[in-house]
Amino acid sequence: MKQKKIDKIPARLDFLQSATGLILAVFIMGHILFEASILISNEMMYRVTIMFEGYYFFGEKYPGIISFLAATIGSIFILHAVLAVRKFPASYRDYKIITEHTKRMKHEDSYLWMVQVITGFMMFFIGSVHLYIMLSQPENIGPFASSSRVVDELMGPLYFMLLISVVSHAFIGLYRLALKWGFGEGKNTKVSRARFKLLMKFMIALYIVVGLGSLAKYTYIGMTHDFSDGVKYKSQTIHLEAH
Amino acid sequence: MSQEEKAPRILKISILRFDPHDPDDFPHMETFEVEEAIGMTLFVALNEIREHHDNSLKFDFVCRAGICGSCSMLVNGKPTLACRTLTKKLDAHITLAPLPLFELIGDLSIYTGKWMRGLNERLETWIHNKSNELQVDRLEERMEPALADEIYELDRCVECGCCVAGCGTIQMRENFVGAVGLNKVARYHLDPRDKRTDEEFYEMIGDEDGVFGCMTLLGCEDVCPKDLPLQSKIAYLRRMMLKNAL
Repeated sequence: MKQKKIDKIPARLDFLQSATGLILAVFIMGHILFEASILISNEMMYRVTIMFEGYYFFGEKYPGIISFLAATIGSIFILHAVLAVRKFPASYRDYKIITEHTKRMKHEDSYLWMVQVITGFMMFFIGSVHLYIMLSQPENIGPFASSSRVVDELMGPLYFMLLISVVSHAFIGLYRLALKWGFGEGKNTKVSRARFKLLMKFMIALYIVVGLGSLAKYTYIGMTHDFSDGVKYKSQTIHLEAH
Repeated sequence: MSQEEKAPRILKISILRFDPHDPDDFPHMETFEVEEAIGMTLFVALNEIREHHDNSLKFDFVCRAGICGSCSMLVNGKPTLACRTLTKKLDAHITLAPLPLFELIGDLSIYTGKWMRGLNERLETWIHNKSNELQVDRLEERMEPALADEIYELDRCVECGCCVAGCGTIQMRENFVGAVGLNKVARYHLDPRDKRTDEEFYEMIGDEDGVFGCMTLLGCEDVCPKDLPLQSKIAYLRRMMLKNAL
């Protein structure tokens, strides 16, 4: 029998959308926790920063590593956005249909998808701003430099919006991923789904609390610290010069 | 019991009425008042309305037992079977509307059959086995009972159209195959008697009108009156179809 050639692209696009989303979600789970090291102490946050700059591996700091990471995450972010935008309501007609449908049904999971569209759209802009700053100023991360950015450079409100949108988007996305591919499916899928949903809500609440806590601490430092001799943090124990 | 002692509720049933064959008619809501009876379903209430209030009201029923799938409608905005909906589980004010997307015959009556026939033709929902086509007298191959049960479970679909009406994706993109279709494909994909290859299945549903168009809104899963494992089977197909593309 003659074998017809199948178009493999739709399957790959769907898979790539899920895979890039998964990478970004795992990244953000780590990111928010690392950044929360400020809640322990300034020194702790400094050490986490220089760890990512390679200090504990090379004995010296290379902020370029942060740029490289930001560029990598940025590329995945853009790829994910390109793939996900295919599913957006493409016209006012589509938008009206899906919102009316969701409201009429009062259906939670359809509503969650709308949250994904809205938070995803928000992040096109605020996520890009954040990524570009990390890419272009990798050396300005630290207990004082980051605090100065939050307060003096007025990034606080942007980080607030970014936190809310990225946390919701990541955990709703992980929940939807599990259902989309049948991951962790129990014998009774209704029960396993309900558990995933509960876990999702708990994680969103937890990460928002942790994220808001760190943002509050950075804001507090930014408002009370005396920046007259620069934004560089001077560790009591680790002395080095950046490259 | 106390339920009998209490005065029965007066149900206010608002129905979206429209006769597409009457050029002077336009869609409008009409409200009927019905005294609730013990164990009343929407099927009983609608018959009450047709008998005592308005004999022109159009709605479909055959089996009254959730088997034929004729009486699907939007009850307070959610697609479900009217014959299996007890009025006591609803507020006194009930809104009924026909399922969207299907051809409207009039009022609550819709032509799901036409749509479903098109779907079945598109997906060729029958066993494909070229080598065995004309040997009707031959014994069927044996099948593991667990597999037979799994296939039978999916065969319980009554084509009521609730999953289609509950699907946000198909409302936006009418060519999307919907859960009813994907469930059928999963059923034939599982069946070892169907000799269609994975490539052939992929050809049918391996695009954005097929399984990769599904946005996992799970309206289908949540409204299916037969509690079919739609989410799980769509995930199964997604995995199977991805295998073709790796």
